[in-house]
Amino acid sequence: MSSSNSDSGAAVGVEPGPASIDKTGFNKQRRYFLIGATSAVAGIGAVGAAVPFVASWFPSAKARALGAPITLDISRLRPGEMLGPIEAWRGQPIFIVSRSADALEILEKDIDDLADPDSDNTDQQPDYARNSWRSKRPEIGIYVGICTHLGCSPKYYGEIQPEPFDADWQGGFFCPCHGSRFDMAGRVAKNLPAPDNLLVPPYRFVSDSVIVIGEDVGTA
Amino acid sequence: MAEDAQAQKGKLAKGWLNFIDWVDERFPLTETFEFHMSKYYAPKNFNFWYLFGVLSMVVLVIQLLTGIWLTMSYSPSDAFASVEYIMRDVEYGWLLRYLHSTGASAFFVVVYLHMFRGLMYGSYRKPRELLWLVGMAIFAVLIIEGFAGYLLPWGNMSYWAGQVIVSLVGAIPFIGPDLMEWVRGDFLMSDITLNRFFALHVIALPLVLVMLVFVHIVALHHVGSSNPDGIEIKKHKDANGIPLDGIPFHPYYTIGHDVPAIVIFLFVFCVVVFYAPEMGGYFIEKPNFEVANPLKTPEHIAPVWYYTPFYAMLRAATYPLFGVPAKFWGFVVMAGAIVMPAALPWLDRSPVKSMRYKGLLSKITLALFIVTFVILGYLGTIAPSPVSTLAAQIGTAIYFGYFVLMPWYTRIEKTKPVPDRVTMP
Repeated sequence: MSSSNSDSGAAVGVEPGPASIDKTGFNKQRRYFLIGATSAVAGIGAVGAAVPFVASWFPSAKARALGAPITLDISRLRPGEMLGPIEAWRGQPIFIVSRSADALEILEKDIDDLADPDSDNTDQQPDYARNSWRSKRPEIGIYVGICTHLGCSPKYYGEIQPEPFDADWQGGFFCPCHGSRFDMAGRVAKNLPAPDNLLVPPYRFVSDSVIVIGEDVGTA
Repeated sequence: MAEDAQAQKGKLAKGWLNFIDWVDERFPLTETFEFHMSKYYAPKNFNFWYLFGVLSMVVLVIQLLTGIWLTMSYSPSDAFASVEYIMRDVEYGWLLRYLHSTGASAFFVVVYLHMFRGLMYGSYRKPRELLWLVGMAIFAVLIIEGFAGYLLPWGNMSYWAGQVIVSLVGAIPFIGPDLMEWVRGDFLMSDITLNRFFALHVIALPLVLVMLVFVHIVALHHVGSSNPDGIEIKKHKDANGIPLDGIPFHPYYTIGHDVPAIVIFLFVFCVVVFYAPEMGGYFIEKPNFEVANPLKTPEHIAPVWYYTPFYAMLRAATYPLFGVPAKFWGFVVMAGAIVMPAALPWLDRSPVKSMRYKGLLSKITLALFIVTFVILGYLGTIAPSPVSTLAAQIGTAIYFGYFVLMPWYTRIEKTKPVPDRVTMP
């Protein structure tokens, strides 16, 4: 037993010194090597076998297809109104607001109270929406209507008038779940649960009144 | 005639015994029954608080049975309508569903009381550390199981409560957003999410739960039950090796203690099922009578009552720290609050186990802890305001303080002498 062990032990590159053979004639060093090698291979196999189980939880081809860009006609949207929330891109509530001249003026001036007035967090909007109205065209704002705190859908309060949650309300969005407030450009107010501005989805104008939400370049 | 009947009876009994012998040769039937029941010696001084382990097993059986029956009529691809179908068209479907929804609340009632017993009498102390850890694992799985089940009716509260809790995962730095998509299997909570939560709720987690309960009992019967005096009955044994302060679990505790308790429990349980299954919106919340609407968040989101203490602590985190947003810390605080009791065996440094012999400090801190837990539970049900947030922050500090300061206050206080043998009431 011990002699054949040491022969094959040498064959796999382990030098069995006399010290590695114990009293009962077992080659401990070689045994540990084999246990280690077997465990390592089994471990790699287990990780490989886990791949399909883990991967099957990612969005399926069907879910991704349903999340494809969508085209919308906004010709009937009047200043001060909001289209939505509509189940648009990726099934998420999308807010499309048409801002009046007054509202745009407030967006320029009223920024002391905001956590990120200059859209420094570049994850929250494409580059073309990194301006004080956070959109391509100042009057049309497009936002994913999901609070950046814990995912509730904020409500639209477009009028400049006192509201129960803010006596000096300048128009915007208010989340009923945990009280976060956003201005008409989806910029979050300071010191509230929501850490970031509302997400701006990628979008492009096909014409003055038709937009595609979900992509910013493309042929469709 | 009478002699004939006697002979007949003797034959039957003999036949039965022969059958048991036949089985015992092939399976340790009698041995198992004796080890876990008729020769399992439990301390003779058990009190009211020792009923909730057995009662949680009763609720587990109710949940498994009604759950399997509900699965026969529920369909995740038509979730909301199929719940209405169960409530209106399936024979006794309403009863099965109310038993299951009330059972969920009952589960947490008995488990919380069972855990309180552990806190009070030091059931987590050596040599029961693993028993306690397995119990904590059961509690954690139960929380996830309840959450997965809450999504299944696909009401608007199910939907948005699910959205809020899954969004917590998104607060984890770097991997959060991708992880959230992975958990939901979609860009929002959708049928895909519902289907996988259904699979988790009806098979994966119950399987884990049942196995953990089995391990919990194996661990218990290995170390033996604790008791209100917090002393080891195995220290004093008679000539046959039987603990002097122990009595066979069966029939003394099964028939004399547990069966009456189960009857009373089922009575109260049925009163709730038949007369207050919604419990004023605490067991079944009102917005859940409306189908899930991804575009409309209910005015006020609150979890079911048994999660509200942890939800209050989640909302109490309002400050960003180390450049990481507050919502991540809320997630950390909530998860920490759930797993914190697992550290108890190593936090409690008192020379005695039971609250009966601990000092005044331990008694005050435990009472404060329980009151705080109840207040946090209330705060978790109401809409947040600056006052309630401050209260929740203080409550969170007390909750964690109870655990973190335990090594200190259990050591400095003066304890009472522990009796050698158990004391009877």
